[in-house]
Amino acid sequence: MSGERLLEVTGLKMYHVIRKGLFGGKFYIKAVDNVDLTLDRGEALAIIGESGSGKTTLGKTILRLYEPLDGKIIFDGRDVTHIRRGELKKYRRETGFVQQDPYGALPPFMSIRQILEEPLKIHKIGTKEERLEKVYKALEEVRLTPVEDFINKYPHMLSGGQQQRVVIARSIITDPKLVIADEPVSMLDASVRVEILRLMESIQKKYKLGIIYISHDLSTTKYFSSRINIMYAGKLVEGGPTREVIYNPIHPYTRYLINALPDPDANNRFVKRDVPPGEPPSLINPPTGCRFYPRCPLFIKGLCDVKEPGYTYVNENHWVKCWYYEENR
Amino acid sequence: MSMHLEVENLYLYYKTLKGIVKAVDGVSFQLKRGEAMALIGESGCGKSSLSRAILRLLPRNTYKYEGVIKLDGENVMEYSDEKFRRDIRWVKISYVPQAAMNALNPVIKVGDQIAEPLIIHTNTSKEEALEKAAKMLDIVNIPADFINRYPFELSGGMRQRVAIAMALVTDPELVIMDEPTSALDVLTQANIMNEMKDIRKKMNLTLIYITHDISVSSELADKVAVMYAGEIVEFSDAESFFKEPSHPYSKLLLYSVPTLRVDREPIYIKGQPPSLIDPPTGCRFKDRCPYRFEKCEEKPPTVSTNGGFAKCWLLEKR
Repeated sequence: MSGERLLEVTGLKMYHVIRKGLFGGKFYIKAVDNVDLTLDRGEALAIIGESGSGKTTLGKTILRLYEPLDGKIIFDGRDVTHIRRGELKKYRRETGFVQQDPYGALPPFMSIRQILEEPLKIHKIGTKEERLEKVYKALEEVRLTPVEDFINKYPHMLSGGQQQRVVIARSIITDPKLVIADEPVSMLDASVRVEILRLMESIQKKYKLGIIYISHDLSTTKYFSSRINIMYAGKLVEGGPTREVIYNPIHPYTRYLINALPDPDANNRFVKRDVPPGEPPSLINPPTGCRFYPRCPLFIKGLCDVKEPGYTYVNENHWVKCWYYEENR
Repeated sequence: MSMHLEVENLYLYYKTLKGIVKAVDGVSFQLKRGEAMALIGESGCGKSSLSRAILRLLPRNTYKYEGVIKLDGENVMEYSDEKFRRDIRWVKISYVPQAAMNALNPVIKVGDQIAEPLIIHTNTSKEEALEKAAKMLDIVNIPADFINRYPFELSGGMRQRVAIAMALVTDPELVIMDEPTSALDVLTQANIMNEMKDIRKKMNLTLIYITHDISVSSELADKVAVMYAGEIVEFSDAESFFKEPSHPYSKLLLYSVPTLRVDREPIYIKGQPPSLIDPPTGCRFKDRCPYRFEKCEEKPPTVSTNGGFAKCWLLEKR
């Protein structure tokens, strides 16, 4: 991929600690385990996974809302893996976050104007007048116009789609270089989803913003990202240019995922979908080797359950971590 | 073949402080025994209200509730509330409400919860009911010994299956499912849809299922009903509908679906569905419709189409 590198994540690990019982038996939930990814300036990358695959933790760790256990996050040429205080604050200003549930993400007692001014005040950006101007500009950017109609309203007075626009406006108000959007449209009506994603796309192009979409919905992200990564049980298992991965999936999990998704078609009711047995593993004690092997029809005994698969390149940009493919290519 | 369910001019209005909400406004459709109908449309178009009207699960602020609902030719609207509760609801028509998986009682074992409708609505002993509950778990692919587990011990997909088992335990003829898989993961959803394809055949169920996901609607639907602002604007068999729907709203709805297997840039419908308190006169979709013309100011006719009917001036034969 050509273009200027914005984000480079290598070997990222983030384990959640849980304590069970009085005498402190410690357990780790290995939510993000050895993840590598890159993002160019102005690029949209999608991370696709089921619930519990660790995709939200991955997003929050990249934003440094969690402290990584291991690995490196290089953002815009700087190592931000373990930065603190002033530097972390600066990093917050350069990144934005769009949550899944817009209503839950907006404080109910603050007006839209207060909500959008808050990040500017925290980062001491501009004078009072300049801040208001920025609020106007951000609201125009997300097409909540005429701005006067919205600026003094409270979140509960807006529809779900409008609330999500406010969340997006807040995420871009400090002029960030990177925005992570965690299921930005899954709570919205299907007819509004495309509208919100088009809006994010136009902002992304206009400001050369790097966006990471975290989603479970392959068909929606197909139209709004140039590359996708598939995540399963805390690990990325396949990645590449969006259409390449969707039309030529290699990893058995990716294949199942694509096969399970219907397109509108009257014949669907006569066919059954091929679904893998079982459920995703517990991340406290995940399977050794490839984490998908207990559900995999192509499982090679003595290899998949023993050794973790490494990168195999299908072509220059499309990679997969799968022993079966590596052995049978 | 005679009709199993016939709904004619069904109305359900609610009274609120802001005015009368016309949630179901003159809805008519018919289904044969064993047919599955997908009820699609944006939120706030009255889909859930229609299901509640068929089940006669009415809130206290109901203002107007009238029309005809025939089951095998018998007008059940004429039944008293007591008779409807005893003979129809959960005996002949059952229901999987929205987010049912989160509505299970956390302190009652799932077996007892599945058995409950059977004990209440039929003269079944507790032992027999529990036996039936175990059988139902098997039908929805949960190990039968799970009857002694509590809801929190089950995954989301399993809890949704329990809610489905609960609706099926009384051997109903008609099941209404409100967004049965929308909160579930892709693979779990595919699994449950696979199971529903078997179950509906095995039990010869007539099915109404509400969804806003048009792709998922095609997994079961023989018929598709599109609801907009309290009205069914198009009713069609699945073949004609997914090939080319007739109503402009249905078309836009279908083209807003991002497709995985073919490349077609999804579009979106500008604006929002109108308020059901004060819906537009004439065609209710006219403000968002790209084909609007003078005639749309008047109430559109119901025109028969290849697959069923649609309410639109454009389709009128000139």
